[in-house]
Amino acid sequence: MHQVLSSTPEGIFTINVGPQHPATHGVLHLVITLNGETILKIEPHLGYIHRSIEKMCESLTYRQFIYVTSRMDYLSAHINNHACALCVEKGLQVEVPMRAQYIRVIMDELTRLASHELWWGAMAMDVGAFTPFFYAFRERETINEIMEETCGARLTMNYMVPGGVMADIHPQFQQKVKQFIAGYKNKIAEYNELVTGNVIFQNRMKGVGYLSTEDAISYGCSGPVARASGVACDVRKRYPYDVYAQVQFDEIIETTGDSFARYLVRIREMEQSVRIIEQLIDNIPEGDYQAKTKAVLKLPKGEFYQRVETARGELGVYIVSEGGTTPYRIKFRSPGFSNLSALNEMAKGGKIGDLVATMGTLDLVIPDIDR
Amino acid sequence: MQALTNRAQAVNRAPMTFWERIYLVNIFKGMLITFSHIFKKKPTIQYPEQKRPFSPVFRGLHVLNRDEQGRERCTACGLCAVACPAEAITMEAAERLPGEENLYREEKYAARYEINMLRCIFCGLCEEACPKDAIYLSETFAPANFNRSTFIYSKKDLLIPNPVTEPEAYAKAKGLN
Ligand code: SF4
Ligand code: SF4
Repeated sequence: MHQVLSSTPEGIFTINVGPQHPATHGVLHLVITLNGETILKIEPHLGYIHRSIEKMCESLTYRQFIYVTSRMDYLSAHINNHACALCVEKGLQVEVPMRAQYIRVIMDELTRLASHELWWGAMAMDVGAFTPFFYAFRERETINEIMEETCGARLTMNYMVPGGVMADIHPQFQQKVKQFIAGYKNKIAEYNELVTGNVIFQNRMKGVGYLSTEDAISYGCSGPVARASGVACDVRKRYPYDVYAQVQFDEIIETTGDSFARYLVRIREMEQSVRIIEQLIDNIPEGDYQAKTKAVLKLPKGEFYQRVETARGELGVYIVSEGGTTPYRIKFRSPGFSNLSALNEMAKGGKIGDLVATMGTLDLVIPDIDR
Repeated sequence: MQALTNRAQAVNRAPMTFWERIYLVNIFKGMLITFSHIFKKKPTIQYPEQKRPFSPVFRGLHVLNRDEQGRERCTACGLCAVACPAEAITMEAAERLPGEENLYREEKYAARYEINMLRCIFCGLCEEACPKDAIYLSETFAPANFNRSTFIYSKKDLLIPNPVTEPEAYAKAKGLN
């Protein structure tokens, strides 16, 4: 898999990592120029899982295209759907019932927890710890079960419709979520003890893959990657949507910009997600779970943009409408793409062994980058 | 570089002491956590011997429904095929002939009805679109086969057993027993 492409007498050579490599979390192809063990340049090559979702959406109606976007960032499928639904609602100017907004935000945060869970396990495995993977999947399974009970599927939830959610929550939803949250706090403590506080792990992460604040901004990084470099960019705080304006939570910011900072941001974000769910779960108001919308949706002529905070960063949905039932053009601004573009900046000058740690903390989901 | 915010928290980045550097303490601590899990409840489900029950809203394989008298409900209106984002449904309509009232509930019925399960994304829009409650997504999943063509399900695979002539199979398919 590490295939030597070319080498020169001075010892500068190029290797391929991927597109099928266990450490790249999918079909990511990196062309790395090395001087001995030191990385000189990294070029990500994309396109291996391009399904042209944007083009596909142009032939789908406003009800249909939402469900295709579950396949972009499959770990935050629900949040992708949320972004699309919000954008369509913006165009239709429908008011989403309070109950639907609460359910949506709770589901968003559960998705974020599940996504960070998987990242934590996979990242620990990248740097050589196998046990966390099982622990992470144990908790993630509970979330998936809750999702399945209410939404009907475990990963590609397809629970959003323009104007609300598809069905009402399961009668046991609140109780199950509360039960999960109660046990989950101990689990975060266990994670911290097992991995965060471990000096072997810290040695691998600290000072590795440094990204400065200016670079984070100029590369358009978002989400935990940018926040670890001291950029305050949480869309939930800056441009609140649905009920995020009413809940209390902290935007997690670190300034050191290295892999350990990115790690800490995500771990703390899990705690904040728990906090958000705790505030909302008991107060889901009664009422409709869906606003009344027409059977065939037509967006007025114009351009609509909506951004949300997925588990990886800022996802933007941009719809150009010509007044018909299908979008004229759709564009997704995916967080992974921008975050990956900063990889060269982070890994340059470092050792190739540290690349895995850096990439792990980027939390890359390749279908999100390629779409 | 000065941070753009003052809410950041500083991380302890002091160099490690000798005891920390030999890692023994940490290895022991980690082992303690891992081994303590031996005595905890096992979350593993021994699939396929054991199966987790799915919720009633689970979106699995499709079923074409019949009414209480065993007549096919589908009227081949094509709304499900239009609603489908994956274009997985194809059908051919046919006129009900005199004497077939016991087979089809409406005057028009689907002579051929096929769902390509490899195209289907199990979104459930066909179920929502159907005006006759003729199609719904069941709680079964995980078909496996050697051949792609076997994933094109025809009416034979999709239709629920007849409640009049095969009541037991019908009850089983409905998940009633
Ligand atoms: S579940 Fe969705 S993709 Fe599958 S046949 Fe029905 S509408 Fe089409
Ligand atoms: S399954 Fe329902 S929507 Fe589809 S053709 Fe038959 S009656 Fe129409």
